[in-house]
Amino acid sequence: MGELKSGIKELVLKPDPDGARAWMREHKSMALVDKRMTEAEAVRRFVQEGDYLATELYGSCRAPMSITREIIRQGLRNLNIAGQGVMETELLIAAGCIRNIDLTYQGWEVYGISPVLRRAAEGGKVNISEWSNASLAWRLKAAALGVPFIPVRSMLGTDTFKYSAAKEITCPFTGMKLCALPATMVDVGIIHAHRADKYGNCQIDGISGFAIELARASKKLLVSVEEIIDNEEIRTYPERTVIPWFLVDALVVAPFGSHPGEMNSYYWRDQEHLKEYLDLIKTEQGTQEYLKRTIHDLPDHETYVQTIGKERLAALVEARTMR
Amino acid sequence: MTTPQYNNQELLICIAARQMSDNTSAFIGTGIPMLAAALAKRMHAPNLVTFFEFGGVAPDLAMLPHGVGESRTYHRALAALGICDVMETACRGFIEYGFLGGAQIDPYGNLNSTVLGDHDLPKVRFPGSGGANDIGSLCWRTIAIMPHDRRKFVPKVDFVTTAGYLGGPGSREEAGLPPGTGPYRVVTNLALLGYDEQTCRMKLLATNPGVTVDQVVEHTGFELLFADEIGTNPPPTEQELHLLRDEIDPTGLYIGKR
Repeated sequence: MGELKSGIKELVLKPDPDGARAWMREHKSMALVDKRMTEAEAVRRFVQEGDYLATELYGSCRAPMSITREIIRQGLRNLNIAGQGVMETELLIAAGCIRNIDLTYQGWEVYGISPVLRRAAEGGKVNISEWSNASLAWRLKAAALGVPFIPVRSMLGTDTFKYSAAKEITCPFTGMKLCALPATMVDVGIIHAHRADKYGNCQIDGISGFAIELARASKKLLVSVEEIIDNEEIRTYPERTVIPWFLVDALVVAPFGSHPGEMNSYYWRDQEHLKEYLDLIKTEQGTQEYLKRTIHDLPDHETYVQTIGKERLAALVEARTMR
Repeated sequence: MTTPQYNNQELLICIAARQMSDNTSAFIGTGIPMLAAALAKRMHAPNLVTFFEFGGVAPDLAMLPHGVGESRTYHRALAALGICDVMETACRGFIEYGFLGGAQIDPYGNLNSTVLGDHDLPKVRFPGSGGANDIGSLCWRTIAIMPHDRRKFVPKVDFVTTAGYLGGPGSREEAGLPPGTGPYRVVTNLALLGYDEQTCRMKLLATNPGVTVDQVVEHTGFELLFADEIGTNPPPTEQELHLLRDEIDPTGLYIGKR
């Protein structure tokens, strides 16, 4: 079978299941307490310089844009991130917040490659390790299982493996060659959901992306929601709770929190805004202008939403994908 | 009867659509695969089951998605799952076809969508694997859709983002990838290509309308193998074009405005 290989990149976040267990015991609570707070308070209390972050779903679909903008507004630096992103990771990179990226994809799908990632990578400003989409999700799943790694059959034989921190292993039962992915128990997980009660029992409509895995693989979990519902509604449909309250540290009520991305069944993507954005990020100057106009010049998400304007927002609601 | 006018995108979509059989399953990425699947479902493969990376399974594809996580990927779908569930479905051998693209492809179907030049200080940085590496590892048969030119069809890719046949026969199995999987077709603006069973090298199967074998060779940066009989792909039919233009992509997002 030959020698087993290892990826050459240094692991950004080392697996520590026992450390994670101890952390959960000390910091998490089963108490039903009101966890509502503003973006500013959530970021101030729970995000620190040097933290490892992951966001879900991704920048043009059900993405935690209001919390992302607040991280940039507060000027946090030297963050590390699991990059399965479109706009939210792009903004963080553009704002100079990111040091290391465990990258799977940073681009705009049909709208092309990311000029922000190009400038950062080609200028050697960020350290990038390569992974696949499934691999990043499975790394979260491993952390959720409380184990240090998970064996899978992706990445094998490729340079994606070589420029990762994964390792080949031999199965003790079958002798098969497998790819061992290190577990990622992130410092801060950030998810945008449709609704929750004030304790943080969250419901998501439609696909779950990797929200279920990320919520269970986060030391600190910040959730933003479109709306708050009564606890009675949670109790009537408990099967709809995909993220239970005890995982959640901060709950931010952020209507249009995924803007300019879409929020399925609530509002459609703001094409006009994105077109303008994609045009601006072609240059560094344009990128900084966008960050200034939509983040640094505005105090909070509420003001951001006001600048988009009622008429535009109503049109996005009208254009949403209906069942 | 005159042959209808069509553009390169429309041709690629039609030929890609024709590669998928009915009653099978396909892992669909952003762009041309979405249109190809939507067309195949309306033509010869009404029971084609489409899987979308972040959880959409078998949507009606009445409206064209712009991304693999958006709500149109599960509009009137049979299931709205998550990324692990969909990827693990491929792990268990359920998903027949997987669509791929990239900046470079080599004779063994290895694909690069990561960098040109050195990894840590690249000449050009592309988006990265996304789901491509998983699709190329786990689906039974992959179909690559590529613009055909020498800068893209290269003897050796700068970076193997996604496994094709790697170094040739037996390489995938040796690497630990599931046996019986691998590249199946390459659809380009010039031709339809497959792979030689003995050598795992890319082989010209058919040329597109109006394209000569010499032109294909000229635009390929490595030595191609040739099928015993090289066919000609029929041009898009009026019905295919009508479905594409009037039903699938009426705003011309992918096929261009008319």
